[in-house]
Order: sequence, then C-alpha cells, then structure tokens
Amino acid sequence: MTGTKKTGSRRLTMLVLLAFAVVFLGAVVWLGEIWQEEALVTDFTRKNLAPCQTHPFGTDWMGRDMFVRTVTGLSMSIRIGLLTACISAGIAFLMGLAAAVMGRLADGIIGMLIDLVLGIPHMLLLILISFACGRGFFGVVAGVSLTHWASLARLLRGEVLQLKESQYVKIAERLGKGRFYVAFWHMAPNLLPQFVTGLILLFPHAILHEASITFLGFGLSPEQPAVGNILSESMRYLVTGKWWLALFPGLLLVAAVLLFHYIGQTACRLIDPGSAHE
Amino acid sequence: MKQERQNRLRHGGIWFGGQILRAAALIVLVSVLAFFLVSVSPIDPLQTNVGQAALGAMSREQIEKLEAYWGVDTPPTERYLSWAFDFLRGDMGVSLLYRRPVAEILAEKLGNSVWLLLSAWVCSGLFGFFLGMLAGHRRGGSADRFVTGLSLVVASTPSFWIAMVLLLTFAVQLKWFPIGLGVPIGAASEAVSLADRLYHAALPAASLSIAGISSIALHTREKMIEVMESEYILFARARGESEVCLILRHGFRNILLPAVTLQFASVSEIIGGSVLVEQVFSYPGLGQAAVTAGLGGDVPLLLGITVLTAAVVFSGNLAANLLYHVIDPRIRKGGTE
Repeated sequence: MTGTKKTGSRRLTMLVLLAFAVVFLGAVVWLGEIWQEEALVTDFTRKNLAPCQTHPFGTDWMGRDMFVRTVTGLSMSIRIGLLTACISAGIAFLMGLAAAVMGRLADGIIGMLIDLVLGIPHMLLLILISFACGRGFFGVVAGVSLTHWASLARLLRGEVLQLKESQYVKIAERLGKGRFYVAFWHMAPNLLPQFVTGLILLFPHAILHEASITFLGFGLSPEQPAVGNILSESMRYLVTGKWWLALFPGLLLVAAVLLFHYIGQTACRLIDPGSAHE
Repeated sequence: MKQERQNRLRHGGIWFGGQILRAAALIVLVSVLAFFLVSVSPIDPLQTNVGQAALGAMSREQIEKLEAYWGVDTPPTERYLSWAFDFLRGDMGVSLLYRRPVAEILAEKLGNSVWLLLSAWVCSGLFGFFLGMLAGHRRGGSADRFVTGLSLVVASTPSFWIAMVLLLTFAVQLKWFPIGLGVPIGAASEAVSLADRLYHAALPAASLSIAGISSIALHTREKMIEVMESEYILFARARGESEVCLILRHGFRNILLPAVTLQFASVSEIIGGSVLVEQVFSYPGLGQAAVTAGLGGDVPLLLGITVLTAAVVFSGNLAANLLYHVIDPRIRKGGTE
C-alpha cells in the first residue's frame, strides 16, 4: 500500500515540477516577445548600475536594463533552439530511415556523412556552415540544425537495422509490401519513442550552441538581443569590474538549459512504461 | 597454434589498413566539404577586410589586384584542385590575413594550444573517471547525487561562460592569474619562460577541464553501477574482500578501458571547446586562429585548421577503435568475421 502511495506522490511531484519548468520557460519566451521594444531603451542617467531593487540584473554602459535584455535574448535563444532541434531531429529521422531502406549504397553514403559530420569538431563545423550561409539568423539556424543530427541518426539507423531482421517486417516484405510502405507503416512507429527522446534531448544542445556561435561573432548580428551577444559585449567590461553584465545573463541561460534537461528527462521517464514503478 | 596466430595478425593488419584508408578518405572529404562551404559563402572578403570606404576610394586596377589576391575571380573547382595538389606536395598555401605560410602559422598556434588541449584532456579524463567511480560505487547515495547533479550542471553550461566566471573570480577579483594572452604583455619572446607560459595557460586549461568532465563522469558511473551489480562482485563480497579492494581489483580494471576509449573519442569536444575558451582569454592558439580566419574570410588558413583538427579527431577515434580491438577479444572476433 505504502509503496503505491509513494510512487503516486513522486509522480505527482514530477508533474508539478514539470509544469513549473514549462510555465517558467513559456513565461521567458512570452516576456521576451513583449519586451522587445523595452530592451532597446537607453537611459544615460542610469548607466553602469550594479544590481539593485529596480534593476535586478543591473544596467549596462548605455543604461539598458540587463534583466529585460537578458530575458529578450533568452527568448530568442529558446525559439531558435526549438526550431533547430526540430529540424535536426527531422533530418536524423529521415537519414536513419533512408539508410536502412534505400539499399547498401545509400547506407554507405549516409554512414560516411555521419562520420564526416562527427569528425570535424562541432564548433568548427558550425563556424564553417554559418560562414557559408552568410552568418546572421539564417546562418545560425542552418549551422545548428546541420550539425546536430548525426548522433541521433546513428542511433536511429542502428534501431532500423535491428527492425529489419524482425519477423513482422520480413512477413510484410513477403506479402509484397513496398519498401516505403514498410518503412513508414512498420518501422517509423517503432522509432517514435527513440525519436521523441532524442528530439527533447537536442533542445539544450541547440540552445547552448546557438549562444556559443553568436558569442564568437558568427551568429545573430550584434544589434539583435541574444544571450551570446550580451555575453560577448560584457567581455569588454569584465576587466573594469562590471561582473553583473556577465554573471546574471549566463546564470539565467544555464537555468533555462537545465530546465530543458529536466523536462526532457522527466518526460521520457513519464512516457517510458518500464520505469513506471521506480 | 602458430598458424592461427599468424592468421589473426594478418586479419588485424588488414583491419588496421582499412581503418587508415577510411580515415584518409574522410579527411579528403572533410577538405572538400570545408572548401565547398567556404566558397559558397556570400560574404565578400574585400568588404570585410578592406572595408566599403577604402574600396570606394580605390581605382579599378587596385580593386582587381585585390580581387585576384583574395581569389574572387577564380572558379571554386579550379581553386580547390590547385589547393589540393599544393597540399599533397606539402605546401599549405599562404594565409591571406597573416601573409605568412599556413604551415608556419599552424605550427606556431598548435604549439600554443597543444599543452592546453593535452592538459585539459588528461585532467578532465582523470577527474571525470574518479568522480564517476565514486558515484557509481553506491547508486543513489549522496556522492552519486552530487556527481550526477554536478555533471548535469556542467553539461548545461556553455564552456565560454565557465571560462568567463573563472576569469572574473581568479583574474579580475582575486588577481591570482593574468587576464589573458599566452605570454606577458611587452616581453620579448626570448625572455618568456616556461613558467610564464604555464601561468598563462592555467585558467584556460582549468575551464576546458571542467567543461569536459560531465560525459566521462556519467559514462563511468553507468559502467561502475553495472559492475557493482555483477555476480563476481557479489562473490568477492561473500569472500570478505574490503570495499577498497573490491573497487581497485574488480571495478577499476573493468571500467578503465571503456573510459579511456570514450576519452579518445571525445577529442573533438575538447578542440571545439578550446575555440570558445581561447576566445575568452585571448589565448593565441588554434581556436582563436580559426575564429579570426572565419571572420576575415581567410580561406587557406581556415582550410588548414579544419584539415588539421579533423586529422587529430580521426586519430583519436582510430586510437579508440584500436584499443578496443587489441584488448577486447569479443570485438576482435566480431570485426574479422
């Protein structure tokens, strides 16, 4: 009796925390949308203020409120992260499926592509792709989406190779079903759990890499509010002791990424029936 | 017996040769891909490096000369082929920004970066391994929760921000370490001692090491949990072996190999992280050169760096495969069949 009660309450706590995380991230995205104008307001009477009650994150050298700027920037990062994670998971899904269905040659080519993408250091490939797309918003989206699919594709490909040996797929083939029919009706549903888990776990990576590439100057242009831009600007003021410019935006970024991690893990655990009694 | 041994050696040789060929083919592909990406870029090298104002003041001939220098008017395939043939002959071209041979710049930057990368690689491996063993020894215990939490936080933190926080604390506030650069400002290059270099590399290396521990710690933890739940541990416990003895004799040996392999395969992560960390500390290494080359459209240098780092990453992966192949008989059998 007590066992089930405990499991139930743990599930409830997990759900409550999950709801909190979703609401928090949603609020950041929503506030960022509203505060777009406010983030650009400069006021030289309040420049370089250390964190206080009216400005919890302080203000910068142009008197912009850092809290508002950080939230807008983070909102941008989260939206780009969601977009790019979905694109790259989509690529991974198609690649994984195609590798298994379209014959040996396609499989070899896709295997080579995966090795190629994983072989160039991540940051360097991001720099190259973003450079190829002329930087800016498009450069970031292309760069992050085209560099994150490889490990998930490898995973899905392995899964498909196993499925290919399963009885029902072989029977379907004997019954004269086409390759694509088998791929989409018999294999894709089995890949879905792996796919969803992979997709959710891609979010934090995508957000982090968007921030990193923007920080280096290959991403969003400097006038756009983005956490990467805020942090790279703050680099110039670190030495003069304006620690709040770097500390709080970074902390909020870490918090957002951690919450995404948490949402991902919890959602996977709630979906997975195997761990229902843990 | 002898026959079998020879057979195995021959198979191993064929396998190794295949791996080398594969790595070489991948490096060629990397160079093609990198070149393709650089040449489709709409970013005009003249605009970025000379500037609109200066271009407007120049005569037609001057602009044409500059265009020829930056290779604007030559078709990409021709440029790639000439670059590739020169590369095969050992000539990596001349950097457009630095106006020095790429090989020379790479040697210099790699010389600065190699200690940074190596120390971060070793430190993150050792610490991560130790933490993972500690965590996996007792699943769900306080050490486990601490290490798992720490790894999660580190994995969620961009490495450049770790570097910035270290810079703020230890260089700006406490003034224990220099704020940036690889050597003291204003010192002649002969006067710079090894101690100076180490002193300047300490904070960047620490940031990189911290950023690298999470995956190895989590991986080692998983393996350790697996080992601790095994029957041979149960049997060893029943024989009355002490916990320390259990860990050292049975745990350590079984999880060492996967951990070393993972560390070899994670070379790519550390190089990627070094790009960011070197930027924060203005450390004159390979990563910073990559950023400069990328922002300035310096194609030969960017290509040189990409090919070099890809070669390092592939050697890391090859070492990982080789380790498994040589030490683990199950994989060897599977590989040659």
